[in-house]
Amino acid sequence: MSKTLKGITLKGSAELVAEFFSFGINSILYQRGIYPAETFTRVTQYDMSLQLTTDAKLKNYLTNVISQLKEWLFDCTVQKLVVVITCLETNEVLERWQFDIECDKTAKESSAPREKSIKAIQEEIRSVIRQITATVTFLPLLETACAFDLLIYTDKDLEVPEQWEESGPQLIDQSEEVRLRSFTTTIHKVKSMVAYKRTNST
Amino acid sequence: MSHFGFENDIHNVLRLDMPITNAPIARWQRKASTSNSTNTNSLSPNKSVNSSVSLSKTPSKTPGKNSKTQNTPSKAGGDRFIPTRNNKQLDVASFLISKENEPVEETSSSTAPKQKAWSVTLNGYDIEEAKILHLGGKPLNAPEGYQNNLKVLYSQVPTPVSIKKSRYISSVPERILDAPDIKNDFYLNLMDWGRQNLLAVGLANHVYLWDAGAGDIVLLKKMEDDSEYICSVSWSKDGNFLAVGTSDCKVELWDVQYQKRLRSMDGHLARVSCLCWNDHVLSSASRSGLIHQHDVRVADHHIFTFGGHTQEVCGLTWSPDGKYLASGGNDNMVYIWPMTTGSDSAFCWLTHCLLVSSLVFAPNYKELVSGHGFAHDKVIIWKYPSLSKVAELEGHEDRVLNLALSPDASTVASVAADETIRLWKSFEKDAIKKPKLTSSIIQQHIR
Repeated sequence: MSKTLKGITLKGSAELVAEFFSFGINSILYQRGIYPAETFTRVTQYDMSLQLTTDAKLKNYLTNVISQLKEWLFDCTVQKLVVVITCLETNEVLERWQFDIECDKTAKESSAPREKSIKAIQEEIRSVIRQITATVTFLPLLETACAFDLLIYTDKDLEVPEQWEESGPQLIDQSEEVRLRSFTTTIHKVKSMVAYKRTNST
Repeated sequence: MSHFGFENDIHNVLRLDMPITNAPIARWQRKASTSNSTNTNSLSPNKSVNSSVSLSKTPSKTPGKNSKTQNTPSKAGGDRFIPTRNNKQLDVASFLISKENEPVEETSSSTAPKQKAWSVTLNGYDIEEAKILHLGGKPLNAPEGYQNNLKVLYSQVPTPVSIKKSRYISSVPERILDAPDIKNDFYLNLMDWGRQNLLAVGLANHVYLWDAGAGDIVLLKKMEDDSEYICSVSWSKDGNFLAVGTSDCKVELWDVQYQKRLRSMDGHLARVSCLCWNDHVLSSASRSGLIHQHDVRVADHHIFTFGGHTQEVCGLTWSPDGKYLASGGNDNMVYIWPMTTGSDSAFCWLTHCLLVSSLVFAPNYKELVSGHGFAHDKVIIWKYPSLSKVAELEGHEDRVLNLALSPDASTVASVAADETIRLWKSFEKDAIKKPKLTSSIIQQHIR
């Protein structure tokens, strides 16, 4: 693994961030109950136990998205990744998890690896995922069956690959926003926040 | 069928009271179909009957804002122009008139951010900077019929006392026992219910046995030194022997029938907070984080040690098949150790901090019982594995420290810092067959 060597390369950084998203999205799907808890299995990552889905179709879908995301991270053309949770019946957007990605464009394939220990990055990732888990305590309950979608904001001039379509931002009207922690690999910086529909009762 | 259409057409034409379909629409219809607007442009000057100042002038330049709206006002019926004079129109009109003489050229730099702002508001994001993509294909939804059961987990609605008609869970304890001087310490395991239907409780430096069948109480042991205290009690599988862990780092083995101490095993460096039996092997864990295995049959009892925890071990339990030992510690780690000596831990993982002070598995109805502290001081029964709440047992006035299940699995005993032991007869089963203790009771502490 290139990660065991000192320093972070562009490729290594892209892999780290893509891996984070893979586990982060799975955590969100599990915590918010989008899929039944029985379809998840526990794995150990970042020194904590996380949930990964075992559903084949979902796994396939996520793998496709993450591998494409990794390419875009390597090219530094991706700006945001958004997990949109909508009510199945009314198609109303209930929750929106937005991860802003800032890429240091000066880092190229051949430039020298940056100094930052993998452990420190993993610590930061761990606190972000812990925070995602903790948000369950204040997010409003999702009472209806929900569907989710993954949106990726890329540079305007990017060539759209097959199977990918353009979409709107799917914003929530009347939303409450909570900013969460961020982590950085010195090449990519990922900021997270969650927006949810303001409930009338609170 | 086309001849019907021809016939219909002829009939329509010949009827004089039908609407004319092919002619240009009448003026009044035209006017009625255009939308309302607040702008005052382009009226037919001939027909204006009004005397309103606002409508007689058409300003030369419209501000950018209004270019999106339509221009003709509308009214219902009639050919006459009737102005709609609402306040907005008058305000706008007077503004337009007053500003008409001012220079109205706008430099490109001021329109650009404005347009950009509009674009961002309309589209939701800046379309010059980015585009949004998502992976097409069939939507992936949860299987039909899946209900998001987080609501059941997290809602605070008080649960009904009895769920099924055939089963009644009493909301009051069957019995309350006094437990004075019980040490209010999360990490100690001061209560255990043995096979012979004896409940052993450690109170300060005494160990009492309460016979659940007969109701009488026996003082089994009193420690000599008043500053020391009992830390854990655990019944052996057959209920004849009681292991007692103390704060002076010893593990004592007592024969209950004769009320004699059989042996005292030392070796720990700190208080022995947890004990768990596996046939003839007794596992003991202490504040030091070390877990010792003792073979109680031989003189040299200490056969193995599991190290790994960095802080006090709060819970210890053997799997029902006797192959694995699970231990939970104050360092937020849970370890699984295999039975074969010499090997390292099979699994270990980090747990989140929970407010649960103890857990007991109740096999009769496939339920899990948890004792809580913090604000609730309740004992909660959950359906397993769906983790839906079955009942909440209230009554304790302070945090629940320990739970123990009776040998016939019908009652759960909870001891709390309010110095009482409450017995809740919640799992009464009609079936005659008693569940086997060894294969179904798992007792854990999770900090």
